[in-house]
Amino acid sequence: MATETTIQAAELEATKRKERTRSLIQLAGMLPVLIVICILFAVLTPNFLTQNNIVNVVRQASINIVLAAGMTFVILTGGIDLAVGSVLGFTAVIAVVVSLVPGLGWAAVPLALLAGLLVGVLTGMTVAYVGLPPFIVTLGTYTAIRGAAYLAAGGTTVINSKIGFAWIGNGYVGPVPWLVIIALLTIAVSAFILHGTVLGVHVYATGGNAQAARLTGIPVPLVLIFTYGVSGLLSGLGGVMSASRLYSAQGQLGIGYELDAIAAVILGGTSFSGGIGTVFGTLIGALIIAVLNNGLTLMNVSFYWQLVIKGAVIVLAVTLDKLRTRGQAA
Amino acid sequence: MSLSTKVGPSSAEPVLEVRGISKSFPGVRALKNVDLRIWPGEVHALMGENGAGKSTLMKILAGAYHPDSGEILLDGKPVQFRTPYDARAAGIGIIYQELTVAPNLTVSGNVFLGSELKRFGVMKDTAQMDRKTQEVLSRLGARFKASDRASRLAVAEQQQVEIARALFYKSRVLVMDEPTAALSDRETDRLFDVVRQLRSEGLAIIYISHRMAEVYELADRLSVLRDGEYVGELKRAEFSADKVIEMMVGRRLEDFYERNKHAAGGVVLDVKDMHDGKRVKHASFQLRKGEVLGLAGLVGAGRTELARLVFGADKRKSGEVYLNARKLKISRPQDAIRAGIGYVPEDRKLQGVFLQMSSAENITMNILGRYSVAGVLNFRKLKERANAEVKAMRVRTASLGSRAGGLSGGNQQKLLLARWLEINPKVLMLDEPTRGVDVGAKAEIYGLIQQLVVKGMAVLFISSELPEIIGVCDRVLVMREGEITGEVGGETGIEITQQNIMKFATDVTQSGTTHGN
Repeated sequence: MATETTIQAAELEATKRKERTRSLIQLAGMLPVLIVICILFAVLTPNFLTQNNIVNVVRQASINIVLAAGMTFVILTGGIDLAVGSVLGFTAVIAVVVSLVPGLGWAAVPLALLAGLLVGVLTGMTVAYVGLPPFIVTLGTYTAIRGAAYLAAGGTTVINSKIGFAWIGNGYVGPVPWLVIIALLTIAVSAFILHGTVLGVHVYATGGNAQAARLTGIPVPLVLIFTYGVSGLLSGLGGVMSASRLYSAQGQLGIGYELDAIAAVILGGTSFSGGIGTVFGTLIGALIIAVLNNGLTLMNVSFYWQLVIKGAVIVLAVTLDKLRTRGQAA
Repeated sequence: MSLSTKVGPSSAEPVLEVRGISKSFPGVRALKNVDLRIWPGEVHALMGENGAGKSTLMKILAGAYHPDSGEILLDGKPVQFRTPYDARAAGIGIIYQELTVAPNLTVSGNVFLGSELKRFGVMKDTAQMDRKTQEVLSRLGARFKASDRASRLAVAEQQQVEIARALFYKSRVLVMDEPTAALSDRETDRLFDVVRQLRSEGLAIIYISHRMAEVYELADRLSVLRDGEYVGELKRAEFSADKVIEMMVGRRLEDFYERNKHAAGGVVLDVKDMHDGKRVKHASFQLRKGEVLGLAGLVGAGRTELARLVFGADKRKSGEVYLNARKLKISRPQDAIRAGIGYVPEDRKLQGVFLQMSSAENITMNILGRYSVAGVLNFRKLKERANAEVKAMRVRTASLGSRAGGLSGGNQQKLLLARWLEINPKVLMLDEPTRGVDVGAKAEIYGLIQQLVVKGMAVLFISSELPEIIGVCDRVLVMREGEITGEVGGETGIEITQQNIMKFATDVTQSGTTHGN
């Protein structure tokens, strides 16, 4: 009996140790990949590791970080939001158009955010109550909202060189651009919601096991609406950031952005089937993409080759991640 | 057909013989040294309780599982089925309970699926396939055409399509798994005609069923499995209900049920006329304070469905739920939970545990609201609660943070129970709480149930294992085909025994008629 207890205790100790290393690996996630890529570029191009360039990289990543943060919520529930790029374009146009209306300039940002939120909530309601697959619902909004963006812009580029919220896209706090601050704040708030609140636990529970979530009394439809709402709202924020940065917007702004956002989430270690992942990982994923873009451009790699390399790195990195975490899935 | 000569069960050689087949799955011995001999021209009923090993044996015959030991002989020659295709080619046709007809194809398209007749090597020869299919269909007395689309057929007709397909592969042994489960009485009669026709043509038919009446009507012989072991066979002349039930359930009562003597109190839960139009038909019952009420019946009798209706997990057509004489409005699980009703679902992994989340999160999932301010979690308090539960329930986990998916079935079940106990429900419904749980944890769960009822909780205990129903429950309701057909124990004066329960669970009392209800 006594020996049995010691064996059990030893077993437990071993499992504990394994758990600890595992959580460490999980926390680190794709960070090593990011660091390796950075070192590579630092060696290959002298301009990479300058303060200016680093600020530049993060600023270029900022909009994708914001979109990808919203996408993380949705993918954590096992869904997908293909419409983020369209919503970004649409809300950017709204922001600029409203900013041009005399006396309504103050309403530009709130209205753009509201429009994004609205699209997201409607998407969420369709997913939750009609029960359509998120891919199909957001394929619909992806197309429809893109059309709405062109319509709102009247088919041209809307410009406001005296846009009221220019500070968002072009201002600095000390050496740090507001775009970067907004992106990092988005990550921080998202992380807080996901890891510190009841709602966050419900998001993971819904994504991990929707049936169990329902039988545990979690209001699954509301959780879904919330996540798509967040994605829509953050797409609206992305729209505001773009409009401000460019002092203008047009119907085709944001085409293809959804793919970069999805890539960032997946690179960040979030499971496509839901329930696993962190928004911190998403930040790393978005940075990897931005660093690749920046570094390859600095090295004068042609745009076509950049696409090829980027695609390959995404698949490779996720493959590595799968190998690394294999056996932990069961 | 070459086999159309009449051969009786007295024929010298069995067409199919199973010798000493054993099969284990991780943690379960599904079949132990099972024998079975099937003669041409006989209907051989295969009977047994849920989990007795009928399905496993069938899947081995179908080539879907490979036995760990033992052999299968066809016409006296050993055969090995590596794939379902091998079994089919060797002449074993299987009609699964879940039909596998492709709805968008025609009847003949289904019959010839995977081995279509061709013209010039590439084009489908539809006319030829239709003609050949039609011949078989008329033999089966089918009232539809080979060129009909399968989606237009009734369930019984789809079943005939599957039988036709089996005949096309020159099956000599036809295995039918609960073939009448989805049929109406009239359709059942027609199926029986088909089965008799096939028997007269010399086919051997293995007929899996737990409906005694059907077996009485059709079978020439029956074999019984119990806990994966072959109990024995009876010839038609030896059929008797008592004997069959005894063979099916004759286990000794396990002795690890500890019972505390306590009196049940007043009615806590009153369920009236629960009805969903499909699986549950106008079921009413009462559950008393401090009582363990068992819900017994065969798989598919509607027990889980009834519990889910009470819990608000599924939509009901009619039915009212009263808790302490107060009528509840339940349309979602949240409503039931708020009122103080808990439900531990049947499928732990699919419906209960969050495998990727930590033990602590699994335990505290229902009390997050209580330990948070404006939605922000109080981790210290939650950890305290989780820790207390892990200690009280003796959950064997490395740490509160380790993933629930890594725990054993018993420990996962304890997490679930702990989750419900944290909200201290007035009524706790446990659906197969010991399935896939090791013996030690089983005993702990029984012990826990006793503690709960002594404290005044009312427990609804759903189980397919009769020994534990008998061991744990104060009173047992028995369901069959969506209805509560009987009650034993409590004030009924009927003793809670396997025989008494099985009598209500099967339609043995109506063995004179074709069909129950």
